[in-house]
Amino acid sequence: MFEIVEKVLLSHTVSLFRIKAPGIASKRQAGQFIMLRLNEFGERIPLTIVDSDTEEGTITVISQEVGKTTGMLGALEKGAGILDVVGPLGKPAHIEKFGTAVCIGGGIGVAPVYPISSALKEAGNKVISIVGARTKELLILEEKMKKISDDFFVTTDDGSYGHHGFVTQILQRLIQEETKIDIVFAIGPISMMRAVCDLTRQYGLPTIVSLNPIMVDGTGMCGACRVTVAGENMFACVDGPEFNGHDVDFEELIRRNRGYYNEEKLAMEELTYHEGPRCYER
Amino acid sequence: MPEQDPLERIRNFQEVPYGYTEELAMKEAFRCLQCKDPKCVAGCPVNIDIPWFVRLISEGKFIEAAWKIKETNLLPSVCGRVCRQEDQCEKRCIRAKKGQAVAIGALERFAADYEREKGDLAVPEIPAWTGRKVAVVGSGPAGLTAAGDLVKKGHRVTIFEALHVPGGVLMYGIPEFRLPKRIVAAEIAYLKRMGVDFELNAVIGKLFTIDDLFGEGYEAVFVGTGAGLPIFMGIPGENLIGVYSSNEYLTRVNLMRAYQFPECDTPVLRGRKVVVVGGGNTALDASRTARRLCHVDVTVVYRRSREEMPARKEEIQHAEEEGVKFLFLTSPTRYIGDRDGRLMKAELVKMELSEPDHSGRRRPIPVAGSAFQIDADVVIIAVGNLINPLVPRTSPDIEVSSCGNIVVEPATEKTSKKGVFAGGDIVRGGATVILAMGDGRRAANNIHEYLKNRNW
Repeated sequence: MFEIVEKVLLSHTVSLFRIKAPGIASKRQAGQFIMLRLNEFGERIPLTIVDSDTEEGTITVISQEVGKTTGMLGALEKGAGILDVVGPLGKPAHIEKFGTAVCIGGGIGVAPVYPISSALKEAGNKVISIVGARTKELLILEEKMKKISDDFFVTTDDGSYGHHGFVTQILQRLIQEETKIDIVFAIGPISMMRAVCDLTRQYGLPTIVSLNPIMVDGTGMCGACRVTVAGENMFACVDGPEFNGHDVDFEELIRRNRGYYNEEKLAMEELTYHEGPRCYER
Repeated sequence: MPEQDPLERIRNFQEVPYGYTEELAMKEAFRCLQCKDPKCVAGCPVNIDIPWFVRLISEGKFIEAAWKIKETNLLPSVCGRVCRQEDQCEKRCIRAKKGQAVAIGALERFAADYEREKGDLAVPEIPAWTGRKVAVVGSGPAGLTAAGDLVKKGHRVTIFEALHVPGGVLMYGIPEFRLPKRIVAAEIAYLKRMGVDFELNAVIGKLFTIDDLFGEGYEAVFVGTGAGLPIFMGIPGENLIGVYSSNEYLTRVNLMRAYQFPECDTPVLRGRKVVVVGGGNTALDASRTARRLCHVDVTVVYRRSREEMPARKEEIQHAEEEGVKFLFLTSPTRYIGDRDGRLMKAELVKMELSEPDHSGRRRPIPVAGSAFQIDADVVIIAVGNLINPLVPRTSPDIEVSSCGNIVVEPATEKTSKKGVFAGGDIVRGGATVILAMGDGRRAANNIHEYLKNRNW
């Protein structure tokens, strides 16, 4: 059993969990993730490790309630236990002194962007952060991101906070102002990552994305998480989750992620029938 | 051996054979001629003393028979179900020359099941601790056997398993109706009672490297991480929704119990027309699993002929009885999907056999102009597996072959890294449970010698 030592509600549907997992805490590097299983009937789901504390032996993850498992996780409080947590999985983010790195996080994607931006800053890069959300309430980790950034921008789709618009518009402006950019990291909804890549491709800016396909084991033995990168099959759990954004077949990933739409709906109906409506229904 | 009726059994995940009653078991055991020079023993990859345990069964001493088997084979209730006895011990039985071989596999299963259900499952006496710790990586048949043997010699053993349950391929690969998971759980409980420690959710290569294990005080390491890397054919459409590797399909159904969705949360797509590509036991397992998931139409597509299928004859027969269809000398060339990226059809081509290839079997080549399409909404690719690269990748001082298999000295299972031994599919490529167990046993003996005199 892995104990939840702290839980913070970041928004209506987004929670931060600090979980006791000393082994993983001591080994984890930026960009890696865990797979967790809530109970013996549960499925395995991936979550990026946002932070870790080797002294306390804890790891931090952030989860958005989008389905049955994340919904049940969101209902857990401090002191509750998670049956299985395994990690650290995936290749660590490729961190070096690039020069100036633009780090773009969309929605829940800011959770994985934060450890990478932090590591980039530590490696001596100038960090320009662009953080976006649909609305002010869904913005996460704003203070933490500001702290490790040299320049910091916020956007909201509905204009409730910061720039009214998309992260790509800020990026476009930076490019047009001839800001020196050596590398771009973009993590968030697939359509956002695709939009960033379409923009940076025109200017030849190297762009790294972190992909979120459906996963089953997370250790490279099943191929559920396969993505097409530069025409070849890659497993996001062992070859990624980071990939060169300009080579990723985003359309295929969007299609494959919809593969279990009917089953997911059924599971949610089961959950709300048994547990009653909560913030899952939006 | 009495079996479940095919139409009945495709509605459940219970075992097909009912198993012997005591009377049937003794009757079958009496058929053994107790040869002075038993050929069957040589046919067994771990040389179980077959005539002895069979005689004990004929005398009604069922629990003693189980103990006799366990002197050599730690997991008789597993092997009695999944071993290819018809190619190993039973093939050499002298009674097979003029009739039916003695049903050695069924008798092994009977003795093991009897002991598990009726016996007190006493653990053997464990010698005093030698002061040595051994790490076993992987809890499949090779690792379980190595651990069991080492703990019986007085060493402290910890098995590190990447998944959340132990058993390896016994849990995720072999279906419930061929190997009930409660049996695997019972065998693992037995090992725990002998003193073997299990650390689950521990991915060696990620959480710890092999060097980390040595740093923690383990003095020898056995690597039994298996051949779990799926092979895709690289043909167009393989990434359509509905195309699975056999590993993914079987892991969802066997390990994550997707056949109980939505009581269990992991789903699996339940198509109406399923195509399974391949001819080995995995392909047969996948096809029979698909039949049980209410898949209406299940077809196994194999590029060679029926005679060359590597799967056990018994499995092919069971599959046919259950309504699985077969298309021989056929291979897929591409998959066709709809606008949402869901699989709709498979395009297949007929094959003919030409000159033998490197494996000695005749090479199949496509027949020009023979392409045709069939409807399919689930395809399961079961054309083999490559070895799990995690440990070799993170321990570059362990020598691997060009295919990535760990290289060992066959007699000792020693790798090129001091203190590290390996066995099972990680060395052999996809092979069998009994061969993995034999490797585990051999490695345990050599680890014991190494720990005694530290001679590498």
